[in-house]
Amino acid sequence: MAILGKVEREVLLDPLFNNNPIALQILGICSALAVTTKMSTAIVMSLGVTAVTAGSSFAISLIRNNIPPSIRIIVQLSIIASLVILVDQILKAYLFDISKQLSVFVGLIITNCMVMRRAEAYAMQNGPVLSFLDRVGNGLGYSLVLMLTAFIRELFGSGSLFGFVILKSVNDGGWYVPNGLMLLSPGAFFLIGTFIWILRTWKPTQMESE
Amino acid sequence: MVEHYLSLFTKAVFVENMALAFFLGMCSFMACSKKVDAAFGLGIAVTFVQLVTVPVNQIVYSKLLAPGALAWLHPSFKEVNLDFLYFLSAIGVIAAIVQIVEMTLDKYVPWLYASLGIFLPLIAVNCAILGASLFLVERSYTFGESVVFGLGTGVGWMLAIVALAAIRQKMRYSNVPPALRGLGITFLLTGLMAIGFMAFSGIQL
Repeated sequence: MAILGKVEREVLLDPLFNNNPIALQILGICSALAVTTKMSTAIVMSLGVTAVTAGSSFAISLIRNNIPPSIRIIVQLSIIASLVILVDQILKAYLFDISKQLSVFVGLIITNCMVMRRAEAYAMQNGPVLSFLDRVGNGLGYSLVLMLTAFIRELFGSGSLFGFVILKSVNDGGWYVPNGLMLLSPGAFFLIGTFIWILRTWKPTQMESE
Repeated sequence: MVEHYLSLFTKAVFVENMALAFFLGMCSFMACSKKVDAAFGLGIAVTFVQLVTVPVNQIVYSKLLAPGALAWLHPSFKEVNLDFLYFLSAIGVIAAIVQIVEMTLDKYVPWLYASLGIFLPLIAVNCAILGASLFLVERSYTFGESVVFGLGTGVGWMLAIVALAAIRQKMRYSNVPPALRGLGITFLLTGLMAIGFMAFSGIQL
């Protein structure tokens, strides 16, 4: 950390708890809910999103002064889409099973609002290095929520982690009765809702006044 | 034939609801569901764009990008497989169509533009739209199926967001714990709605 100045450190670490993309900025929720039934898919997805988002921010920030404002959205989208194609091809080549399980959600990284919004809000104004760090930070914050959700969903939903059995289920002669709700979509909503509740109780400044 | 389309439509609206079963379009789902009017406007806009983009993407994929699709141009193109370009073409088609829809409405149907205008740019990055176009390839729908599927997913999404907005309007009278206000309680509500929609699973027409 010594090589980074104060600003860089803030940009990198702030999104973890203080300005979490999912819990506070309401960004990138779709994929956070959909790919978290297993740890393995969640990790691959986090890596993919972080890579795309950091790469695209870096690229957009490099050419930010040459993009005409009227077509900036389509320019940003094509940069992001090209990176996503890259990620998708790599996954198909090396991690075919996981790529099948993620199905359309790899493609949906393109419309992950986190990638888009930060490209628009941050990379268009700041230099490449800061944008890159900002994106890595946001990617980490995103991964943190994804990992936690996937951990709870896989552990209690199927009694395993990364596919290894931790709690032996009744069907295999153990004692644990898997909680099927965790694997279904409502379970994901409840979990993220509870995360937000806990995070905002811990950091009351994030509360919304309605 | 009609039964097949009807079954596909019901499935897209209720059983495999884009928002509640696949979590697509969640960002605008959470952010624009504070008032029923706004939610309804956004829902209409999504349905409309969905109805246009899904069939157009189906044509683009089956005539240009799918493995061997270029054979109609020249028999020697039979080996060409461009399906890796689909992400780029799909998002391009969506962005272009949203732009065209916006300009057409502005010119010919000003009253509709006045109520939908602010939502249209949001839609280009709505994952439900891109999601439907990606599902279409994964499940290899034909052109007819893609029209029904596009309409169904749009209607289903609208149904979900209007219902959520109505509940949130009523929620103003409830005493929600401070830390849960806003986003937190919305997630819990959506979870409960998703349980409700699960009652539709297994319905076959």
